[in-house]
Amino acid sequence: MHMQTEQIRLRHMKTRLLLNQISKFIFMLSAFFGLFFLAVLLVRVVTEGIGSINFGFLTGKLSTQPERAGIMGAILGTFWLMLVVAPVTMFVGVGTAIYLEMYAKKGKLVSFIQTNISNLAGVPSIVYGILGLTVFVRTLNLGNIVLAGGLTMSLLILPIVIVASQEAIRAIPFHLSEASYGVGATKWQTIQRIILPAALPGILTGAILSLSRAIGETAPLVVIGIPALLIPFPGSIMDRFTVLPMQIYYWTLDASLVSEYANLAAATIIVLLVTLFILNATAIIVRNKFQRVF
Amino acid sequence: MTVLKERIKENSFSVVRNENWTKPIYETNGLNLWYGTSHALKNIELSINEREVTAIIGPSGCGKSTFLKTLNRMVETAADVTISGNVTFKGNNILGKSMPVEILRSKVGMVFQKPNPFPKSIFENVAYGPKVHGIRNKAMLEMIVEESLKKAALWDEVKDRLHKSAYSLSGGQQQRLCIARCLAIDPEVILMDEPTSALDPVSTHKIEELIRSIKNDVTIAIVTHNMQQAARISDRTAFFLNGEIIEHNQTSTIFNNPADPLTDDYVNGRFG
Ligand SMILES: Nc1ncnc2c1ncn2[C@@H]1O[C@H](COP(=O)(O)OP(=O)(O)O)[C@@H](O)[C@H]1O
Ligand SMILES: [Mg+2]
Repeated sequence: MHMQTEQIRLRHMKTRLLLNQISKFIFMLSAFFGLFFLAVLLVRVVTEGIGSINFGFLTGKLSTQPERAGIMGAILGTFWLMLVVAPVTMFVGVGTAIYLEMYAKKGKLVSFIQTNISNLAGVPSIVYGILGLTVFVRTLNLGNIVLAGGLTMSLLILPIVIVASQEAIRAIPFHLSEASYGVGATKWQTIQRIILPAALPGILTGAILSLSRAIGETAPLVVIGIPALLIPFPGSIMDRFTVLPMQIYYWTLDASLVSEYANLAAATIIVLLVTLFILNATAIIVRNKFQRVF
Repeated sequence: MTVLKERIKENSFSVVRNENWTKPIYETNGLNLWYGTSHALKNIELSINEREVTAIIGPSGCGKSTFLKTLNRMVETAADVTISGNVTFKGNNILGKSMPVEILRSKVGMVFQKPNPFPKSIFENVAYGPKVHGIRNKAMLEMIVEESLKKAALWDEVKDRLHKSAYSLSGGQQQRLCIARCLAIDPEVILMDEPTSALDPVSTHKIEELIRSIKNDVTIAIVTHNMQQAARISDRTAFFLNGEIIEHNQTSTIFNNPADPLTDDYVNGRFG
């Protein structure tokens, strides 16, 4: 009897250990699957593009001759776009989050708004482009300038900023608000002095990450109509502009005609990736530096 | 138990002395409170005398915290409630619109069960209340902070690290910091909701000493689960059960000679 169970256990032990090894292997494979293609992409982009990156390329104007073309216009355009998107989304996004978390009475209306915000986060970006085209470019008659593009991009990432800010605010334990109300602070004082400082790391992390989404987004700008022509460097938010991903898009289209454009596109991708990397690193630093225990 | 009774005798002496000059600072008449449809406070008639320590005892869920939070209207902040009846603070009805909660709370401080300092420095925690009420002068703030920390018996332990995070303090120190934060607004009443239930015996003792030392200046209402604590520090005791007040009297009477057998059972640990 004892011998029998011993044998069963031994045999079973073998399969158990084997299964253990196999499952580890499967999970490792799935982890490396994504990593592998990312590496392939990076290697391809870098080998294709690194040769084109030099001072002239980074600071020069667009040109019809590939060897003289530069992306300063697109860099400036991206910069001006951020200058619209960052303040608009911070103000409206954090404001909405504060209203929903701190002021609005929980009820049908709030859950309706909440559901819509979550749904908006899933709307394809091209739809925002159509909205921006109709509202900002045509109805408000702004034309295809930085302000119109920036407001469109702001709408696009607003749901993400709102949800991230709401989560950051909700994470502040109620006993801190209670302590503040307890000494006679008003709601606004409590928000300003306790809630926002404590929620700021979370809010900033969300805002920076969604900003990097706005930097990389192309579809809405295609709809708004960003000129592929040679335009002067944008000097304010009222100027026409192009951005890095648009430039990648146009050069990739043209690569079938002139093969050097493929190198320019790859070089621009490197610049864009470095920008995104810096933004994401900032988000991580902000989160780690201000992380608090309650 | 004999030790307990002796303490009560000591205490009843002060009660007799207080009896001559105290008057109610809080009075409730026919106070009812509902969370949604659940009736949490039923017809509460209770007065809290000025410069006395009133202990509120009773089993879990009987409405002690709810009652305490009604006194500074914190109960409305945390939940949807319906309140009827009257609560007067120094003769003014606090339930109407006539008194903004911010004014009431600047006279009535609160200390919570779990120490809840802000994620700020020790100094900023104590200075928070005065700053909220518009005091900006640095020297004045420093004076208030020092005075409040001294009253809370914390000054000697923190005077060299006022600008360190409040979270660097132990639980007991944090609770005394919260009391200091409360004292900094110079309240007339302090409401304490089981302030020592999360603390060790030594910290508990320190806070009881602290209550004893400030009770000549402020009125204190304290919820406690600890019978000995109620007996040691309070002048009067109110016994709550299922949202009602079963008995309210001088602490010595509640513990030695209660009128209601339920009170007798509760204070002698036969239920709860
Ligand atoms: N925020 C709330 N929402 C709904 N019911 C509550 C809330 N807070 C307390 N209650 C209920 O009210 C009753 C009294 O609670 P509480 O005042 O906290 O009791 P105690 O402090 O004596 O333990 C309990 O039945 C409790 O479940
Ligand atoms: Mg309680």
